[in-house]
Amino acid sequence: MNYLLRGIGVVAAVGVFSLLAFSLPSGDAHGDGGGNVLPRTTNKAWQQECASCHIAYSPAFLPKASWRRLMGGLDQHFGENASLDPATQADILRFLEANAADSGTSRMGSRVMQSMGTNQAPSRITETRWFVRKHDEVSKSVWSRKSIGSAANCAACHRQAEQGVFDEDTVRIPKQ
Amino acid sequence: MIKHLLYGGLAVLGMASAVAAADSPASLMAQYAQQAGVPISGLSASRGAALYRTEHPGRNGEAVSCAGCHTANPTQAGRTRVGKRIEPLAPAANPQRFTDAAKVEKWFRRNCQDVLQRECSAQEKGDFIAWLSQAR
Ligand code: HEC
Ligand code: HEC
Ligand code: HEC
Repeated sequence: MNYLLRGIGVVAAVGVFSLLAFSLPSGDAHGDGGGNVLPRTTNKAWQQECASCHIAYSPAFLPKASWRRLMGGLDQHFGENASLDPATQADILRFLEANAADSGTSRMGSRVMQSMGTNQAPSRITETRWFVRKHDEVSKSVWSRKSIGSAANCAACHRQAEQGVFDEDTVRIPKQ
Repeated sequence: MIKHLLYGGLAVLGMASAVAAADSPASLMAQYAQQAGVPISGLSASRGAALYRTEHPGRNGEAVSCAGCHTANPTQAGRTRVGKRIEPLAPAANPQRFTDAAKVEKWFRRNCQDVLQRECSAQEKGDFIAWLSQAR
């Protein structure tokens, strides 16, 4: 009996510890530097499941309501089937909600929220007023260049997008 | 008693993960052949190639195929609709492929739905791996 209890204790302690380690807002210590470098919060399932077709978009780019809607319709995800088993889906949604634009955990998120009404739940990052304003100097024809293809292809121009870095120094628009 | 149960449980868990890690193109082909009720020799690389290449009408009119994302030559890297690189699908070029049954099932489920508007049968999955396994 003792062993069982101790086992559960250890597992629980490790669980709580890793929860704390990964869910605490990481703030400046981990580089929410200037607001264009995202805090390095991560989640294993999110990294594994949401980065195979595009970069794993930071939770700070959309509010909770958007993530809820998106995660509820993964079998028809922008014209593709991205369905998951229910446990993984719930795990990822918890992570997205905890770090969403309106969770108060990052400066990037606060900026995204500044240009959004409280009841809005945009389905795309690239549709938010914040995104459109940040990219107003990028002309329409640029988005459809062959090596870019879609505004959702952040990494085509933001060379360190996968690491959550979006500052000016790392932007380079491909020529074709 | 409980101690034994616990250790037993750990051993079973250990075995389960060892089994999961031991999937290979050959073991998956054997599994799919068995599910389809045919011998392994009943899997056909040329049917697999046809499944890979055949174009189907997509949801918005344009033609879609497995080759559309994975490229005409499966030993080369492909590209998703968003523009992200897809490592080659052929095990000869990418030894990670077909080594994790759950991952393989997940992508068959998604991609067959997207391209064929239905799930692939066990026979089709076996044919598909048979073809990719010999792609050089
Ligand atoms: C099977 C491929 C696939 C997987 C897996 C996938 N996505 Fe997507 N995702 C897409 C496609 C395709 C688009 C549309 C991109 C476009 O229009 O250029 C998209 C777009 C998005 C967008 C909107 C981007 C924009 O335009 O602002 C978000 C947000 C998003 N995905 C989140 C997720 C999350 C979260 C996951 C993990 C649960 C996920 N995706 C997994 C294929 C996928
Ligand atoms: C066609 C190339 C291109 C694509 C694709 C693109 N961006 Fe940008 N992005 C830019 C440019 C150019 C700027 C302006 C840089 C500057 O001068 O501050 C910018 C600015 C930004 C900024 C603000 C940086 C700052 O210093 O204020 C953020 C954040 C950002 N982009 C995020 C994204 C995200 C997220 C995506 C994908 C959903 C994306 N971008 C896709 C080109 C692109
Ligand atoms: C819209 C793009 C797209 C299309 C079309 C597509 N796939 Fe894929 N496929 C992907 C992506 C993305 C992955 C995951 C890439 C990764 O894990 O590196 C993948 C992975 C796979 C895997 C997983 C293999 C492994 O062991 O890692 C299989 C099996 C697969 N695809 C089969 C198919 C089949 C069969 C078709 C046609 C019926 C098809 N795909 C069509 C994008 C596509």
